[in-house]
Amino acid sequence: MANSLVQEEMAEQDLPQSTLETLVPQVEVRRVIKPAPPRYRNEIAKYIIRRSDACKLCGKCAEVCPQGVHVLKGGYKYFAAPRQNVCIGPACKDSGHYCVDLCPNGALKMVENPMMKVLGDHRWTSDLILATWKMAETGAPPSPEYGYQYECGNSGGGFDRLRFRFPAVPPVDLSPDEIDTSLELNRRGDGRPQIKIDVPWYGGGMSFGSVSNVTQLSKAQAAVAFNTFTCTGEGGYMERLRPYDEHTITQVATGLFGVREETIQRVRIVEFKYAQGAKPGLGGHLLADKVTPAVAKMRETVTGISLFSPFPFHSVYSIEDHKKHMDWIKHINRHALVSAKVSTPADVDMVAVGSYSAGAHIVHMDGGYGGTGAAPDIAKKNIAMPIEYAIVKVHDFLTREGVRDKITLIVSGGLRSAHDIAKAIALGADGVVVGTGELVALGCVRCARCESGRGCPRGIATTDPDLQGQFNVEWGSQRVINLYNAWRIELVDILRRLGMRSVSELRGRTDLLMHLDYGNDAEQAQ
Amino acid sequence: MPDKYHIKTRPVPPRRPRIGRCGVVDWREDCAGCHNCVKRACVFDRYREEAAYIRDLREMDALFFQCMGCFSCVQQCTKGLLSLALNPVYERLGNGYWTPQMIETTWTQAETARIPVSGAGYRGPFSGPGFDSMWTDMSEIVRPTRDGIHGREYISTAVDIGRKPSLLQFESNKLEGRLPPLVDIPIPMVIDMMPQGYRLPNLPPIFKVVAAQTGTIAIVDFNDWDLLGNDLEQYLPGLAAYIGPSAALPAAALLRKMRLVEIGDGAGLEQRIAELKAINPAIVVAVRIDLDAHGFERSIELAGKPYIEALHLVADINGNELNAGSPRFVKDMLRQIHTSLVQRGIRNEVTLIVSGGVALAEHMAKQIICGADLVSVNLPLLIALECTLCRQCNDGKACRAGIGEIDTDYGVGRMTNLIAAWHDQLIEVMGAMGIRDVRRLRGEAGRALFFEEIEEATFGKLFGARRNG
Repeated sequence: MANSLVQEEMAEQDLPQSTLETLVPQVEVRRVIKPAPPRYRNEIAKYIIRRSDACKLCGKCAEVCPQGVHVLKGGYKYFAAPRQNVCIGPACKDSGHYCVDLCPNGALKMVENPMMKVLGDHRWTSDLILATWKMAETGAPPSPEYGYQYECGNSGGGFDRLRFRFPAVPPVDLSPDEIDTSLELNRRGDGRPQIKIDVPWYGGGMSFGSVSNVTQLSKAQAAVAFNTFTCTGEGGYMERLRPYDEHTITQVATGLFGVREETIQRVRIVEFKYAQGAKPGLGGHLLADKVTPAVAKMRETVTGISLFSPFPFHSVYSIEDHKKHMDWIKHINRHALVSAKVSTPADVDMVAVGSYSAGAHIVHMDGGYGGTGAAPDIAKKNIAMPIEYAIVKVHDFLTREGVRDKITLIVSGGLRSAHDIAKAIALGADGVVVGTGELVALGCVRCARCESGRGCPRGIATTDPDLQGQFNVEWGSQRVINLYNAWRIELVDILRRLGMRSVSELRGRTDLLMHLDYGNDAEQAQ
Repeated sequence: MPDKYHIKTRPVPPRRPRIGRCGVVDWREDCAGCHNCVKRACVFDRYREEAAYIRDLREMDALFFQCMGCFSCVQQCTKGLLSLALNPVYERLGNGYWTPQMIETTWTQAETARIPVSGAGYRGPFSGPGFDSMWTDMSEIVRPTRDGIHGREYISTAVDIGRKPSLLQFESNKLEGRLPPLVDIPIPMVIDMMPQGYRLPNLPPIFKVVAAQTGTIAIVDFNDWDLLGNDLEQYLPGLAAYIGPSAALPAAALLRKMRLVEIGDGAGLEQRIAELKAINPAIVVAVRIDLDAHGFERSIELAGKPYIEALHLVADINGNELNAGSPRFVKDMLRQIHTSLVQRGIRNEVTLIVSGGVALAEHMAKQIICGADLVSVNLPLLIALECTLCRQCNDGKACRAGIGEIDTDYGVGRMTNLIAAWHDQLIEVMGAMGIRDVRRLRGEAGRALFFEEIEEATFGKLFGARRNG
């Protein structure tokens, strides 16, 4: 198991006493899938059942419904609030237990929840949010009966217009167990550890300050369960993350908040954050309200004062400077892999190949439509290219340069589902970074108020003591684990339908994709 | 340290109830009276504010207030009585081009003068028509031409309006003739006349003060000059009279104090410009040209004339070509004009001011990337005053937002705030692009990505011909 290996190697490496003293036993989290029911009393449902006065409380509906939507508790005369979110909607009509038809008094009516118009947006449709919640609840893709259109969003371009061309019958008959979803992160052959993660994704950087402790730990637990990684973001290395060192990427960003020798030395991957896709070229900004005493202590700053990370690294104006940075980290930690997180300008191909020459193991490209805790609207919409374009551009370029197999290309910026992940890989990425999906699993509704006042009203992206108490790590980690599991099931299913034994076979297979706005003719057919 | 361009702002709250995107519909029946009311727990305290507002109720719209749409109360109410709905008033804001989001964000900026910031990623469509079919680009580690932004305060947004000769001519070591005058303004934006139908008589005196406070210039139809009020002297450097093609010229005393004047396109331009220059050689004359079917030829033709200093190209309020069945968008027409002038080697000689379709700060940057030296803005300033673009005034009816009755302080404050917020946003995108001077942004298509081009280069290559054009 990789867990103990690194500990040993680190010891061999003769780390300074100051770092050794900070190492603690690592936690183990088993990949157990169990229900993690919604934490709100009234879960939002796609369809709602209305009960009129005609109801005679006969209990027939509760009797016929296999989902258990109608709740008539023993000893109670009236129905409790219906569990709307397990109702499968109109798909139930032909099932023989459609309560609306079977009610002897015609007291029930089913309608599409009018709140669906308010929930979600072009990128994260209400169906996608509800489906993600369902996955986080059950650990499996939502049953088709629910009728969620969750394979893509409604943005009208990019991933949302791409589809797989599945063969009518899989070319090879594979069972899910035979399909490998793991991803090698070190392709340089430079003697540094061959780190392999079990799923082709890891968790995005969210700093302490932008999200709560509970959120960070929930992500970390899921990372351990799936033998993958989570990332500290820029806010420093939280004490509480120490038992997760093996699965934590520490970020060195332009503000250098909380970066110390020991934080570099304790991890297996160090990430340089050059830019963030949602606000490339602008640096980071933690609003004053979120700089609580705890955050200020971690970042060694003053409570209540906005914190800016500048753009760019003022010590990096060339690839040579970039190499100097990489060498610095590689020298401090002889066993770490180094990742360069960059955004997607028009010359992103040059950035990628430059990062390779500077010695990066991973190039992480964050596209323009990526997540953020706070960014100017003008930046989120307008700066740099969506990730779909960047993947194709960089994959092709690295291939032509003959270095494609020497570097791991990780992409992020608007990947919302297993289908997005598979499409990104088919376009040419090795793996992806996910962020918003995890937050949705924790109950995010994408109201976009992460930055206002005390922070997230849902208790996810906040450090306000009251707000972050809305859920605990046990529930949070189960939700993320469940989501990861559901995604993995879906990814395996996509690979099975394509007849692939490993997710690495999918990389760059644009011939398996089609775009709804194009003719998809010519060489495609071959 | 030289003086920095800085616009003084102050919060200017709206006069009317805010119109938010969503609101909570509350049936109230069947309330359990559980005393755990989630309304009290609203993180944003909206219910309390709303209750306070309703106590001194002015309009029923107040019921749809500033709900932040977090669903917390909806999901926590003991009896599940609450439901969130889109505000129909919000949905009706604007027109097809001016979306409710544009209007809402303009209002927020006019109130606070701040850059709109939000959490979560971008929420909108992948791309779209008009300005949504392009992205600005940014510079990262390997672009050698980058300026390097060490501080946003070092980014200049100043532009010069006027003719800039390509060559200087000398006669026995002395400059021959005089250099043409230039009007220097600190932000690439002038205030344009309101479009027909939106010309409220109380606006020009407000524009006059806004122009003075922000250092820009307001173009005012000379027919409306009397509306500007007395005591104009100090405001004249910030005012430009628009003189129609056949209208008489303003008094010489007035012209001598103005820096910029705009004339309508028509016959005898050369003569008219000569007359103006005879009165005030230091004045810059811009010619207003309609971007219609002849807009392109006419711009190219005029730009080549030695007496033309600046062209003001005007599309309709939605950025569309004028009088066209299937109109082209202003940015595409502008790119064509700009590129053509570059090819003729005369682009630098003439200043292009471009109007139409600029609704957000990002459009200002994009218009400049497509070839404008500066933009002119009108409707956003009206929206800053809480206009909803209901167009009732177009039919001569009273303004529903009561803009006819606003006081000057409010009007000046809201418009100044909006201009300040746009200026700050321009600096944000220029910072990201690694460009320190907005004059260098002009026509810098290399710092932009165009949807059609990048789609073709990426997906066109993979998936064949694009359907439906």
